[in-house]
Amino acid sequence: MNWPRRLRTLFRGRENSRRLDDEIQFHLQQLIAENLTAGMSHEEARRTALQAFGNPTLVKEETQDTWGWIRVEQIARDLRNGARSLGRTPRFALVAIFVMALGIAATTALLTVVRSVILEPLPFKEPSRLLHLYEYFDEGFPYNASAGGVFAEWKKQSSRFSDLAIYSYRTEYNLSGTGGQLPEKVRGTECSWNLFATLGVEPALGRKFTAEDDQPSANATVVLSWGLWKRRFGGETSILGQAIRLDAKTYTVIGIMPAWFAYPEQSAQLWTPIYHEEPALEMQALDSHDFASIGRLKPEASEAEGRAELAVIVKRLHEEHRDNPFVSKGAQTRPLLDDVVGDIKTPLLMLLAATGCFLLIACLNVASLLVAREATRRKEFAIRMALGGGRWRLLGEHLTESFVLSIAGGAAGLAMAYVVIQWFVSARREMSRVDAIHIDGWVVAFAAGLVLLCAVFTGMTSALSIKGEQILPSLQEASRSHSAGQARVRLRKWLLSLEVGLTVVLLIGAGLLLKSYKQLRTTNLGCITDNVLTMHLSLPEAAYSKGTQRVNFYEALLERVRALPGVQSATFTRMVPGEGYGGDSGFAIAEHPPLPEGQYQLGVVRWVDPGYFAALGIPILRGQTFDADQRLDKADEVIVSEALVRQYFPGEDPIGKHLLTIGRRLFKVVGVVGDTRVLVARDVRPMMYFPLYVSIYDGVPTGGTLAVRSNRDVNRLALPTQRIIQQLDPELPVSHVLTMDQIVGQSTSDASFDATLLLAFAVLSLVLAAAGLFGVLSYVGTQRTTELGVRIALGAQRNEVLRLMLWDGLRPAGVGLVLGLAGGVAGTRMIRDLLHGVRPLDTSVFVVVAIVLLLVASAACLLPALRASRLDPMQALRNE
Amino acid sequence: MGKPSDLVQGTLDLLILKTISLEPKHGWAIAKRIQQISGEVLQVQQGSLYPALHRLEQRGWIKAKWTESETGRKAKFYSLTAAGRAQLEREAENWNRLSAAINLVVETS
Repeated sequence: MNWPRRLRTLFRGRENSRRLDDEIQFHLQQLIAENLTAGMSHEEARRTALQAFGNPTLVKEETQDTWGWIRVEQIARDLRNGARSLGRTPRFALVAIFVMALGIAATTALLTVVRSVILEPLPFKEPSRLLHLYEYFDEGFPYNASAGGVFAEWKKQSSRFSDLAIYSYRTEYNLSGTGGQLPEKVRGTECSWNLFATLGVEPALGRKFTAEDDQPSANATVVLSWGLWKRRFGGETSILGQAIRLDAKTYTVIGIMPAWFAYPEQSAQLWTPIYHEEPALEMQALDSHDFASIGRLKPEASEAEGRAELAVIVKRLHEEHRDNPFVSKGAQTRPLLDDVVGDIKTPLLMLLAATGCFLLIACLNVASLLVAREATRRKEFAIRMALGGGRWRLLGEHLTESFVLSIAGGAAGLAMAYVVIQWFVSARREMSRVDAIHIDGWVVAFAAGLVLLCAVFTGMTSALSIKGEQILPSLQEASRSHSAGQARVRLRKWLLSLEVGLTVVLLIGAGLLLKSYKQLRTTNLGCITDNVLTMHLSLPEAAYSKGTQRVNFYEALLERVRALPGVQSATFTRMVPGEGYGGDSGFAIAEHPPLPEGQYQLGVVRWVDPGYFAALGIPILRGQTFDADQRLDKADEVIVSEALVRQYFPGEDPIGKHLLTIGRRLFKVVGVVGDTRVLVARDVRPMMYFPLYVSIYDGVPTGGTLAVRSNRDVNRLALPTQRIIQQLDPELPVSHVLTMDQIVGQSTSDASFDATLLLAFAVLSLVLAAAGLFGVLSYVGTQRTTELGVRIALGAQRNEVLRLMLWDGLRPAGVGLVLGLAGGVAGTRMIRDLLHGVRPLDTSVFVVVAIVLLLVASAACLLPALRASRLDPMQALRNE
Repeated sequence: MGKPSDLVQGTLDLLILKTISLEPKHGWAIAKRIQQISGEVLQVQQGSLYPALHRLEQRGWIKAKWTESETGRKAKFYSLTAAGRAQLEREAENWNRLSAAINLVVETS
């Protein structure tokens, strides 16, 4: 290659081109002169010369092609031409760019989220070797939480793991204020001292826990999250080694974790050593499945080997404790990443698929717009070909037009994606790993690839129509506009059918999610939820060590709150319906024969004050609520739910029977109450209610939820109620001040988010598809103006014409609908996990979607069809 | 999109190089010369000459200069470069070997 020369040809393009003209002209002149000498006429000499030489323009282009740089130049010229020809139809260009941008923005944003959350490894050291460890209880609980005693055996006996750590799922601490600060409830995690080492994380400041910190006799220590340290302690390093008060006890701050670190949940604010915090008995129990454990595999060990080893250990424990049905039978493991993102994987992938469909629809629409433009330029292309334009040259020009569109759309789309991601992150604050979401080079590269793909796809689809074009028929056809471009129309109709099909799939998905969401929102929790205000508080054990202190506090609180003007009723419970599972306990019925070995009976446990059922409107079906004397050491009454009676007392009256349960004590059944749900999305479960004021297990319960019901706007009672708590104990923080409706709303907010987003995509797709239908039919209408004019002139009824045109437009919509319904049947299987109370093949959703689509399609077709039927035949024929 | 050509691909390059090896010539003269020397057997399609000329120029085997032609008009005269002369020798040698081989086959069988 001769680079200097090449560069010269590049920069002297215009001059070179002129010189080549001269060269060719000289040659032609010589030929003509020779022919003249041979005695030809002037005209003949010229024609013969051209015949011998060939098409000068083509020769010139082919010669220029050898220059090497000409391609670059040509592309630049094509781009210029493309931009210019798009500039002539700015409305078309803007619509196309906007549609492209929407599709690219949505897809890029979702992909960024999916990649950051699901695909990228956890930010821990060698994350692929980290496993979440579970006990395998039975088929009903294959991934059960681990008990402290089981974990201790795992740690002692296993050899495949280099490290094993245990932590509590969720703990809340009352963080006392210093120097006028208000007290505050913070989310914390109790963890074994080696949790950070197992994950491979170092504190940003200070030190990690040591084994010495992590035992009952040690001084209390705490590690703070970066966020809590900045917010509450002003980011002062002097806090290290200082004492803070948690639950009215003194803890020494020993370390601050890095800003990015949030484990096991997004809202974790501090960590305490678990063996110091939890009673030793609890950490040795084999049947109290309250903790989470993780392990780091040794480099040479596989997950299966690790799991098998743990399972053998549990199995042995099971054999040794056959009398206790709550000791598990085996072990399960799951990669830590799967565990962290398990719940959000399906919705995210579903949304990604939806955006993909949407992008495809956008491309199809732009392609179909380009095909329509093509039609108006057929004559131009035919003439250019007749004049010797190379076909590839024209095709290239064609592609660049869609490139210009896609690149503009892509740039706008990327900017939009940035905004969308910011919004998404703020809308899904609680989603795990939400902080990891960011646009990086990889995403930008992906977006660029997407743009390229869109450009080639739309360009080729529309370019297909000029390939193999016959010049002469095309010119002839263009001169008389009857039944023109049948092939092109057919192509557009196929594109439309596809578009409609994808739209139907999206609509079905959105419809199912919406219906499921509605189902969730209308689920009856089993109690009154209107105008009920709730708030959390927990009494620090250090300040309320005696049961009487706790009982006095609760009674004083309830008495004062009930006296507030506007309060209808108030109650205190461990958890109100809809707040969560909250733990269960096995039980035996004293009057029944003993259960066969290995069998068990389970009930969800609730602690309530005697006024609970009346306050929340939970019906007492039989018997009565607790006696007033059920307090402190006198605890022998239990109230059971209808579901428990149904399951364990079939055909029996449970009143007066006895349950042998927590603390291995006997409780007499005094009442049966209506069922309530622990979460809106869960089935009703058997439930046992114990009196709040009794001390069984580890004393009178220290915390729970205060619920206040009013017949007016209950939010106005929030401040007076909090003031009463402040008066009772200024050190006591409250948290989660929410109405019952808000609690239900929170637990369904993800469902509503997913449903709304999918619906938005579906509606946008529907609009695009309708616009596509409208466009195609309008085009067909203008193409057939003459034909229809003749028909009408010859006496065709206007209704007939209307029906003809409508049928023409609705047929592709119908084909699309059938495609879409079939796709929906296949596609909704993917979102089965997201549906509550709705089957994936819900007939009503499918029917509604079909009706909506047909209505929209008819509306889109009606206008062009009406226009065609109102043609003035004279006008139409004169248009020729 | 190929042009019909009576010449074996690649031989046009050889003919051009050979034709201008004695003295610089412009495109038309090159076409004429090839026809003349070959006794009108080789018909160069005149249009296809120019892409070839420009390709050879891009490769650096021939160079061009605008000078006055015999008729007094300015024309583009092509001449061989040193690299072009070496290329001509290589191509001529190749051609000789190839034609000799074809002759052998044609005559013995």
